[in-house]
Amino acid sequence: MIGWLLRRLAQIIPTLLILSVMIFGLQQLMPGDPALILAGEERGDPVVLAQIRAELLLDRPIAEQYFVWVSKVVQGDFGFSWRIRMPVSQLILEKLPVTFQLATMAFVIAIVIGVPLGILSAVRRDTPTDWLANAVALAGISTPNFWLGIMMILFFSVNLGWLPPSGYVPLTEDWRASLATTIMPAFVLGSGIAGVLMRHTRAAMMTAMAQDYVRTARAKGMAEGVVVLKHAFRNALIPVVTLGAIEFGRLLAGAVLTEQIFTIPGFGKLIVDAVFNRDYPVVQGVVLATALIFVVLSLVADLLYMAINPRLRQA
Amino acid sequence: MNADSPRRRALRRFFQHRLAVLGLVVVVVFILAAVLAPWVAPYDPIQTSWTRLRKPPSAAFLFGTDENGRDVFSRVLWGARASLMAGVVSVLAAMLMGVPLGLLAGLAGKWTDALISRIADAMLSVPFLILAIALAAFLGPALENAMLAIAISAAPVFVRLARGMALEARSADWFEAARALGNPPWRTALLHVLPNIVPPLLVQGTLAIAEAIIAEASLSFLGLGQQPPQPSWGSMLNSAQRFLTQAPWMAIYPGVAIFVVVLAFNVFGDGLRDALDPRSQRR
Amino acid sequence: MIRRMLLAASLALAAAAPALAQATLPQAPAPTGTLRIALKDDPDIMDPTLARTYTGRIVFAALCDKLFDIDEKLEIVPQLATSYKWETPTSLLITLRDGVTFHDGEKFDAAAVVYSLNRHMTMQGSFRRGEISDMDTAVVVDPLTVRITLKTPSAAFLSQLTDRAGMIVSPKAAEAAGRDFGLHPVCTGPFSFVERVAQDRIVLQRYPGYWDAGRIHFARVIYRPIPDNNARLANVQTGTVEFAERMEPDDVTTARANPRLAVAQVPQLGYQNITINITNGPRANTPMGRDARVRHAFELALDRATINQVVYQGAYTPTAQAVPPANPYHVASLVPEARNVERARALLREAGVTTPLAVDMIVPNNPDLRQVAEVIQSMVAEAGFNLKLSTMEFASSLQVTTRGEFETYLAGWSGRTDPDGNIWSFLHSRGPQNDGRYNNPEVDRLADAARAETDHDKRLALYTQLWQIAVVQDRARIYLWHATNIVIYSARLAGYRPISDGMIRVQDLRLQ
Repeated sequence: MIGWLLRRLAQIIPTLLILSVMIFGLQQLMPGDPALILAGEERGDPVVLAQIRAELLLDRPIAEQYFVWVSKVVQGDFGFSWRIRMPVSQLILEKLPVTFQLATMAFVIAIVIGVPLGILSAVRRDTPTDWLANAVALAGISTPNFWLGIMMILFFSVNLGWLPPSGYVPLTEDWRASLATTIMPAFVLGSGIAGVLMRHTRAAMMTAMAQDYVRTARAKGMAEGVVVLKHAFRNALIPVVTLGAIEFGRLLAGAVLTEQIFTIPGFGKLIVDAVFNRDYPVVQGVVLATALIFVVLSLVADLLYMAINPRLRQA
Repeated sequence: MNADSPRRRALRRFFQHRLAVLGLVVVVVFILAAVLAPWVAPYDPIQTSWTRLRKPPSAAFLFGTDENGRDVFSRVLWGARASLMAGVVSVLAAMLMGVPLGLLAGLAGKWTDALISRIADAMLSVPFLILAIALAAFLGPALENAMLAIAISAAPVFVRLARGMALEARSADWFEAARALGNPPWRTALLHVLPNIVPPLLVQGTLAIAEAIIAEASLSFLGLGQQPPQPSWGSMLNSAQRFLTQAPWMAIYPGVAIFVVVLAFNVFGDGLRDALDPRSQRR
Repeated sequence: MIRRMLLAASLALAAAAPALAQATLPQAPAPTGTLRIALKDDPDIMDPTLARTYTGRIVFAALCDKLFDIDEKLEIVPQLATSYKWETPTSLLITLRDGVTFHDGEKFDAAAVVYSLNRHMTMQGSFRRGEISDMDTAVVVDPLTVRITLKTPSAAFLSQLTDRAGMIVSPKAAEAAGRDFGLHPVCTGPFSFVERVAQDRIVLQRYPGYWDAGRIHFARVIYRPIPDNNARLANVQTGTVEFAERMEPDDVTTARANPRLAVAQVPQLGYQNITINITNGPRANTPMGRDARVRHAFELALDRATINQVVYQGAYTPTAQAVPPANPYHVASLVPEARNVERARALLREAGVTTPLAVDMIVPNNPDLRQVAEVIQSMVAEAGFNLKLSTMEFASSLQVTTRGEFETYLAGWSGRTDPDGNIWSFLHSRGPQNDGRYNNPEVDRLADAARAETDHDKRLALYTQLWQIAVVQDRARIYLWHATNIVIYSARLAGYRPISDGMIRVQDLRLQ
């Protein structure tokens, strides 16, 4: 177990290192000279351009720029945004709770829809209920996030006027307004995951229900509902729990367009704006932070999986 | 080939899966629409008219007209070209990049494997769309660049898939046997791995097309894909967002098109998986 | 009786010394309430020396007072300065307001003005240096008087002091913060900085020691960037903000129908144009770059009125020059030519180009300009142009256009009060924003002369000549329209003064 954990950790570090090289390398190819952007109206003045390049180390060899950057990142210093001069780490810490709230709500929605549907369709296998549940799941997976968002705004905000079309109010400020501003984007994000969750729940339930002890329980004459809930469900939960961590990465990606459409100042909007403004330190920091979160979460998922499923520990 | 060859069995299973067939039919319809757009579309998709701006759907304009007086129905038909092209071409490109690297990693092992796997891990640790947006921004806005960005972002999945297949093949008895017989290991590997890898590749490819279509729409929505005046569903949605209250039809139909075609690819892919992959057979 | 006289005397005294009055007289209760303003985009760094964006200026309007301001007629009026005098054409004497303090309690005086001007001139990465490059020295004459000497006479110099170049920062705070001053700016405006959450909000609170505190009726101002137009409209409709700026013409009807909303349409100071690469690198070597007749043909193929109607519901003002009609230096005789496809085709034949002629245009990645580009594309097609569009983020387009990697570019300029701010930089061969490197010595001479000329009529005559060459003869740029700034705000909000610079002046604004 410890050995396994060490091996996993040993894999993470080179992965992140390679990622940092890739991020840094790609950025060199990016069109849009940052010095020109920062110089704005004085971009015709070579002296100004040279000054900016010197300050940002842009005139140094790429290798040197990379090492300066990496050694600072290791100390938790992601640099500062070129556009608004705020520390990148502060920006990330400010935006994470927003996206985290969205993600949590999306997950709750996904579980509320996906898990019961999955159980239902496993129990009523090959009936119209099963087919319908599958169709719903597929629809959830196939709907483009951003379009669903636009349609929801059209229906709930423009036509019915029930919900604000966009914007964000922090939970701490006014929890009701906060829920009102996040419920639509959370649903948009959650609907896709609900589909994935439903399919996994269904598959896991069917495997569990085919296993001997469930059959034994049934043979002993336990009521069907009790069998389903007590034995099968608990076992089926394993992949569902571990899936959650991995889907979080997908959620971050989904947040990119969803936050754009609902103008929610979260992680996704931070990175899109940074890419468009060529605010390199922010792009670097956010991509690296996203990867870090993802890597840690999949590690947690693996650990959880092993904790719930003791048989794997021997393997 | 006898009556019950695996291929026959797969085909039969596939057609038993009626939903998957329906998916295939829809995919074919969209491909036809894309190919035949010049003859099927009632109007020129880029012909503007200042006298029919943002007209609601009618008999003359099935899906209404857009902010420049263009027929939305014709643009949806032509937009199928961009979307399907982006879907199919970028996934093919991703396979072309990913599969050889994956095979190399799986067959060569050691440092080559470690390096390729870590690169794939690194790319997979960044969410697909974020990677694609960053890449598309590097490359500059154009449909081809969006396709390339999607292809690169989707490649690591195929690296993993091919590597897994290669590892499996390497541990198989016949691999050792072939080696013992003095066949060069590379040829052996390719000859034996390639046919085995086709079914999972087909399944993964079909599902990846669905994802790539959404990705293209997302990039075009952000202005990083198809350039005006050529239509793409994503860019149509982008301009529609400005007129959500005044002309909702501009937003509805391109979205429905994306939804239907993606759904069709997903259903089709599911059916393919059931048919081709004995391990995930429905009970 | 005696007590009454004493009271009168103290009142008179108080009137004579406003600073004292604040301390001794019972005041009206401090204002409560919050003014929430929806901005079209997120401002950049909040340092008057380093700031670049238009949106940033809107926030500065509440945060940093300037030496001068402009009024509805675009005339220069006092703010931190009380008066000015040109001692010679190159020597400007500015008298400062007494009793003004910075948000950190420091006293505002001539030394602070000199400090701020020098900071603009010397700070690395300053965006003001170009604006006040004519300045030679600034010296303290006495605590309330500053003398500025110029290298050459400049009619435009004073107007620069009505914008960020005229904002005075607290020397103490600026020294302490260095380059991070923008994270917590300290100025003399009616509101002081509280906090900023990027892409979400900038919060300011009333500065009790403001020199003109009687005109301030809010305790806080919150600026919220909401880029999506529908979202800004919905926010002002539902009352989650009181004010939304830079709205789309489409929204005017919606807002007019709503009794709880008010609309103001203010002509802007800037313009939109098509920049053409004339001599900037190899990409200039195209029929468009080489031959004024081809550019003329392109222009003749355009119907500005239709563009305006289709994209902006006719809310904007079509134009053929850089200076809007509200400006006293607008040349009324210069009007856009009517669309004439036949003549456009004839000009192309005359120029000997084979049609369809492929032309590239770089288009900023925002929805309305993309539509404009598509409309233009469809119009010029009829005259024989095959216009290829590439939408680009502002960041990429800057590099491409500066380096001359473009053929034509659909570009806008937010505009300045003085005509020089709309002309020199863009048409003079040494102009930093002359991306097409248009180069005509006669235009250079006229632009330089107009910059120094202080007599209105003579200056207008110089500009009339300049347009005759740069636009009518050379077709250096194709000017399209002057935009109208549409603002929508709560009908309860009183005291809004629509001024062409688009700034939201918080003085006198109050909720009823």
